Amino acid sequence: MTTNTARNAGAANGTRHEGGTGGTSVLLQNLSRSFGTTRALDGLSLELAPGELVALLGPSGCGKTTALRIVAGFETADTGSVLIDGRDILPVPAARRDMGMVFQSYSLFPNMSALDNVAFGLRMRKLGTGKRRTRAAELLDMVGLAEQAQQYPHQLSGGQQQRVALARALAIEPRVLLLDEPLSALDAKVRLQLREQIRTLQQQLGTTTMFVTHDQEEALSIADRVGVMRHGKLEQIAAPDELYADPATAFVAEFVGVMNRIPGELQSSGTVAVLGGIVPVRGNGGSADQSLAETQSALSGDRGNGSVDVLVRPEGLRMELVDNGNGIVTTRTFLGSVTRVGVLLHGDVAVKIDKSSSEAAALAPGTSVAVTLPGEPVHVTPRQAVAS
Amino acid sequence: MAAIASVEAGAQTPAPAAGPATRRRSFPVWRWAILLIAGAFFLIPLWAGVQFAGLKAFPDVFKQSGFVSAIGLSLRLAVITTVLTLVLMVPTTVYVHLRLPQIRPIMEAITILPIVIPPIVLIIGVLKVAPGFLLGTPYLLALVYVILAMPFAYRSLDAGLRSFDLKTMVEASNSLGAGWSTTLWRVVLPNIRTAVLSATVLTVALVLGEFTMASLALYVTFPVWIVQFEQNSGPVSVAASLLALFVTWILLMLIVAVGGRSARKRGGAQVALFTVTRQDVSQTRGEPE
Repeated sequence: MTTNTARNAGAANGTRHEGGTGGTSVLLQNLSRSFGTTRALDGLSLELAPGELVALLGPSGCGKTTALRIVAGFETADTGSVLIDGRDILPVPAARRDMGMVFQSYSLFPNMSALDNVAFGLRMRKLGTGKRRTRAAELLDMVGLAEQAQQYPHQLSGGQQQRVALARALAIEPRVLLLDEPLSALDAKVRLQLREQIRTLQQQLGTTTMFVTHDQEEALSIADRVGVMRHGKLEQIAAPDELYADPATAFVAEFVGVMNRIPGELQSSGTVAVLGGIVPVRGNGGSADQSLAETQSALSGDRGNGSVDVLVRPEGLRMELVDNGNGIVTTRTFLGSVTRVGVLLHGDVAVKIDKSSSEAAALAPGTSVAVTLPGEPVHVTPRQAVAS
Repeated sequence: MAAIASVEAGAQTPAPAAGPATRRRSFPVWRWAILLIAGAFFLIPLWAGVQFAGLKAFPDVFKQSGFVSAIGLSLRLAVITTVLTLVLMVPTTVYVHLRLPQIRPIMEAITILPIVIPPIVLIIGVLKVAPGFLLGTPYLLALVYVILAMPFAYRSLDAGLRSFDLKTMVEASNSLGAGWSTTLWRVVLPNIRTAVLSATVLTVALVLGEFTMASLALYVTFPVWIVQFEQNSGPVSVAASLLALFVTWILLMLIVAVGGRSARKRGGAQVALFTVTRQDVSQTRGEPE
């Protein structure tokens, strides 16, 4: 029943992932929240299957943190409900919700050792001293900090502090684990390690997890499903590969992964003239994709034609070595098996094109190339002023 | 307020002495000169006092009539005022920080008022409106002292609460299942412990040194007793003043030493009476990852 509600309420649902066994189901229904005149959440609906890790991704101010804080109980919703295993928890105070939360800023209690920090939640649950110390030690061991048990937060590095915070959140065996950009204060290497550790532990324990981030790489690499948010709503929620390969809107297409913008002319027939060819526009006639309709209504011409930008991924462009082509190679960035080639097209349009590194060897800067689009449907969006 | 000022100055002097010993070697001559002049400025009056009173006068202080009741009243006032101040100010400051940060400038303006309004105006106003059951009890004076101590207490606690991420700590504690009272007791208070000590030190110093209000409201506190007794015996009165200065100073140093040691052990904020500074975390971190 809850699944049906979510499907009906959700604007864009992806395939659901069945995670671990012991987790809790979470259902956010039509959540709205305004701060003054700013609408942080605008009818957000989202479902998390038991044991699933869902990442909420979006630019700052899109409402992702507000959603998480409402689930945690630190923020109230103007309308809507949050159901945990089918029961509305919005009237329940934060202290009685059994949510494990890891914060963006270091949140360990400075007056307690790592062990006492982890044992704090167990103490609140009236567990005996011996039992809670044993359990806290187990969790510290789980995050690889058994030796730091007696150290105080100021003696730990940032990464260690966040691992203790994770152990502390997991110690209470939370119904839902809430992660509010827990990695953003850490440096790149530590971030990567901790990201993998969070995912491994989450899968081992089967804890339903909501992970808020503005880092798309983080979201795509860790989550079962990624929800892209914009203006307080879910733009699309889908498995990472689906989100990348088949974005529902131009916003998602541009927000996730690298995207080229190439000027084109939208035809009233639902095709676009770009790079000397005519290609179909995605969502033409389909109801799932709003980007064409949005673009058409945004354009000044009522007939739905005019200047647009065509969105293409670096691997979606073709490039051949020709004399007097429509572009000139400017840069080459070696990324391992693939090399990203920067090409300046006629009309001062810079694009990035991925080529296998062996093929890219011939493409020295200054080489003339012909860049074309294969005939696959593309996303279009109203033309953006070219940044100088 | 002169008596208060001298006590506070006394309490402050050891702060520079706590600096690292190694730095003293590079002290240029002129620094020594300034130190000597400043030292002479503070110590000569004390030395003159000891000379005038004579060492024999010190034991006599304890035998004087009214001494015990006066010092007893002052200590009682110190305890009552400190407890009332902390019970009122700690939750208020925490609440303002968490829920009403926008009124912080207003709070600062309000808490500065007791310093701006002359004590004589305050006490005469209070005596006019005080309910009968309070008149003549130490509680009336203690209540007025709470108002006097408010600027110092508020500023200390405000600085203490600013030295760590209060909002996140409280939310972390809540999410782990702790209610408000537990959070205040187990999470907030231990982390502003040095700020609370600082507020205590300032309140105690203020109460032990206040003269104007006590005298006008006809309470014989220790400073009032000293002035009254001066009419009888100059040397003993001066000995009593010096004794008061040393006792207060030692008391304050004890509070600071006890609070400072536990704070250092846990890497907490350091309180040097008026300011709270956080230890540089990067220098004390464990092994890099």
